[in-house]
Amino acid sequence: MNEATLTYYPSRDFKANARAALADSNLRASFRGAMDFLMGKRAAQFPDAHELAELRKLGEAIRQKSLAKLPELLEQLEAKLTENGVTVHWAETTEEANAIVHGLIAAKGGKLAVKGKSMVSEETELNHYLEARGMTAIESDMGEYIVQLAGEKPSHIIMPAIHKTRADIARLFSEHIPGTPYTEDVDALIQIGRQALRQMYVSADVGISGVNFAIAETGTLCLVENEGNGRMCTTVPDMHIAITGIEKVIEKLSDVVPLYSLLTRSATGQPVTTYFNMISGPRRPGEKDGPREVHLVLLDNGRSQAYSDEQLRKTLQCIRCGACMNHCPVYTRIGGHAYGTVYPGPIGEIISPHMLGLENTVDLPTASSLCGACGEVCPVKIPIPEMLMRLREESVRDPHEKVAHPLRGQGAGVDKEVKLAWRLWTGLYSKPGYYRLFGWAATRLRGLTPRHQLGWTQNHVPMKPAPKTLHELMRERRKETGR
Amino acid sequence: MSARENILTKLRAAPRSAPPAPDVAAYYAGTPKLTGLAALKHWAALMRAVRTEVLWVRESDWPRTLAEQVAARGIRTLLLAPSTAHGARAAAALAELAEPPLRLGFDQTIDGWKATLFNEVDAAFTRVRAGIALTGSLIAWPDEHEPRTMSLVPPIHFALFDTRTLYPDFFSAMSAENWAAGMPTNALLISGPSKTSDIQQTVAYGAHGPRELVVLAVLPDEIDLAELEADA
Amino acid sequence: MSQKRPPADVYFFGTCLIDVFQPQAGLDAVTLIEREGVRVHYPDAQSCCGQPAYTSGEVAAARRVARAQLDLFPEAWPIVVPSGSCAGMMKHHWPTLFAGTPDEARAKEVAGRIVEFADFLLNTLDWQPTDLGQPLTLAVHTSCSARREMNTHVNGWALIDRLANVKRVVHEREAECCGFGGVFSVRHPDIAGAMVADKAAALKDSGAAQFVTADCGCMMNINGKLAKDGDTFAGEHLATFLLKRTGGAA
Ligand code: SF4
Repeated sequence: MNEATLTYYPSRDFKANARAALADSNLRASFRGAMDFLMGKRAAQFPDAHELAELRKLGEAIRQKSLAKLPELLEQLEAKLTENGVTVHWAETTEEANAIVHGLIAAKGGKLAVKGKSMVSEETELNHYLEARGMTAIESDMGEYIVQLAGEKPSHIIMPAIHKTRADIARLFSEHIPGTPYTEDVDALIQIGRQALRQMYVSADVGISGVNFAIAETGTLCLVENEGNGRMCTTVPDMHIAITGIEKVIEKLSDVVPLYSLLTRSATGQPVTTYFNMISGPRRPGEKDGPREVHLVLLDNGRSQAYSDEQLRKTLQCIRCGACMNHCPVYTRIGGHAYGTVYPGPIGEIISPHMLGLENTVDLPTASSLCGACGEVCPVKIPIPEMLMRLREESVRDPHEKVAHPLRGQGAGVDKEVKLAWRLWTGLYSKPGYYRLFGWAATRLRGLTPRHQLGWTQNHVPMKPAPKTLHELMRERRKETGR
Repeated sequence: MSARENILTKLRAAPRSAPPAPDVAAYYAGTPKLTGLAALKHWAALMRAVRTEVLWVRESDWPRTLAEQVAARGIRTLLLAPSTAHGARAAAALAELAEPPLRLGFDQTIDGWKATLFNEVDAAFTRVRAGIALTGSLIAWPDEHEPRTMSLVPPIHFALFDTRTLYPDFFSAMSAENWAAGMPTNALLISGPSKTSDIQQTVAYGAHGPRELVVLAVLPDEIDLAELEADA
Repeated sequence: MSQKRPPADVYFFGTCLIDVFQPQAGLDAVTLIEREGVRVHYPDAQSCCGQPAYTSGEVAAARRVARAQLDLFPEAWPIVVPSGSCAGMMKHHWPTLFAGTPDEARAKEVAGRIVEFADFLLNTLDWQPTDLGQPLTLAVHTSCSARREMNTHVNGWALIDRLANVKRVVHEREAECCGFGGVFSVRHPDIAGAMVADKAAALKDSGAAQFVTADCGCMMNINGKLAKDGDTFAGEHLATFLLKRTGGAA
């Protein structure tokens, strides 16, 4: 059976998902509240606009330099990590990445994996893959754990369970964790989660984590976190498998300083997280803990497509802080699940087409009013609105047109009627004579204005031309004033 | 071709231009630096803001303070490194308590006693390498005497911090100590006890690791305690 | 404050929405400028900056329509645009749109002369009004591209704050988008509808008697929503408002 044809792309249902989310007033209230909170926290971290501007410039320059040298830095990273005793694996597809991870665990005869937060493993749907092969993967980040218990997916890249209320979580815990009474006390809930998860670290055969920054110079994997579960996963089990995207590499150790600062302040409005965990190898002789084996899986999954074009490459500057979603008026109203992709919000709109193809994500680049709030807060200055417009261009480009680096799904958004409308529009608006005639006719026929104007009249009274165009009024005025 | 070759080939085929080089050193040379008393105050305020207990101590009396804190918490089992000078001093001071806790050393690899470490150790005492004023952080480089899990697994972490090693910022620390020349298997910044805000953005401490972080911050004699805590 | 010497002549680019749907706003802006002793020239062959196509990914169409405007401003005069997003398109996106084409230099030259109406009135003409209106509480909405590309919100506020009897109030989440976004409001009416409903409610709840905006798209969006709900609260173009307050009621 061909698996690909059966794959379900929820992002194809974006509009319906969004409609359902908008109708859910609880969901909207909780996202609105959470986003207001996060926006306030971020703003408090950057009281000095000049400092912010300079730091963002620096962050952008570091990420652009890293990308400019990407193939060389990946090789350097691999060489350094290997020297440090870390095994590096490469995967072009999510399937390859999963097979590598599964193979590593199977080779050790392992059954139980405990996972730190990793959006890349969400991309590959690793848990599902392992479970289908008789293994168990437990999410240990509190938010991810909650989402896993609920059988859902994260709705935010930093705060996975942001859509869940205390009551939701109380119910989940009491139903799924044996011997747990119902409580809505946050401290008590966290202690329940703590007890359940600490036993997992002890018994897990392998710890799986993501990576925030991979430093080529020293062969170091950096993990940013508050909870300590990332440290647990990368320290306690005998084997640690890190999985990350090929774009996460940076050149120098010192490059990590401004990026880390930008990340924590933009993401959760913290000056610093509780832990910044820098791993440069497995347990060395004489050391008494730490995994005996460390592996890094480098995943492409469409990133090289974004890389192939110098403009779209900026997408890969992302450090996954989530600030663009926190500030997005669309994300705030529909939440993360409506996007149907691992990465929601503005970053999701610009990265998902490379991972899934425009044919599966065609609504995403259009799901923005181009208000620019995302680009304004992005700590590494990704011009997100520009990326959105470029993706719109590629999605309405003739699928047969030959371009240097065609995107997967080029032309997926082509609609014959819309194309015709644009042709008419272009004809009218680029020929002054036609345009004047059109203006004259539109104003004279204003009584015939249709009562239903596509999506517009769903929310608005119909657009009705004025009795006379500005062109006419100005001509009359010229006659009066003689100018 | 292998996945590695395919990926690298694709990347190399892309047009590339050299963007302007970032100058991280120049950037940090241009930022204001906290020093002296101001640095200590800022560091302590930030650490306390994330529920770290900061106790100012002197080189001569920190073992006594440690013993008092251990006693006050009713700690029964404490992990420390008797093979180090500070670990030995701590152990000696603890032994003099009326009800001395069981003092465990990390004598064997973790593999043999994971469950005990997780379930039966109340606290650990370690020394940290340095501190960072700007963000209110500690720097730890775990080693064979004080392995990684000591600052992670026990519910209470006592950290001995020599405040003379307080750097203004992370960049100063890594460049002064030339980290780029060689990193340990694990290096950490620690800024408070383990916490989470994953339930409705409400902060809760003790998510997986330590619920409490108690820093014994050793002050040089020239620093006046009263001045340090004035309008802090 | 960067006050330039007022020019004797300016071009006026009315924008396609104002032309057909809100011509009075354009006329009012012209009146305000001429009242300050500046001659306003309105090239009759103008139509649209190309933004609707540009933001829809129809770059070739946008370029064709924009190119039809490039020859309309032969003199070295400033080109005043009474809509922040269109001004932003012409000033910041035309150079990109024409990059690598034979029109690049011309497009850049024209872009360099684009000035948004509020910016022009405030910073070039140093408009000093005498407020003849009754005391009034006013809210201001600024289009997002105008805010982020042109700093229009600051200029709009400054102009309004020169009116002695107008009290300007800030509405909740003032910097948030109204949900217009050109074709976005047609393509994603559910989401855009939620956004405009929130914006309209925030403007109403601000305690203002009305609102103003210097962007015709936002104005039609918010007013169209309020009217659909049968609301009498409404907004008008900044130019219309300023003119009314200073005795030039059309
Ligand atoms: S695109 Fe920018 S703002 Fe959005 S997650 Fe990435 S780094 Fe953060």
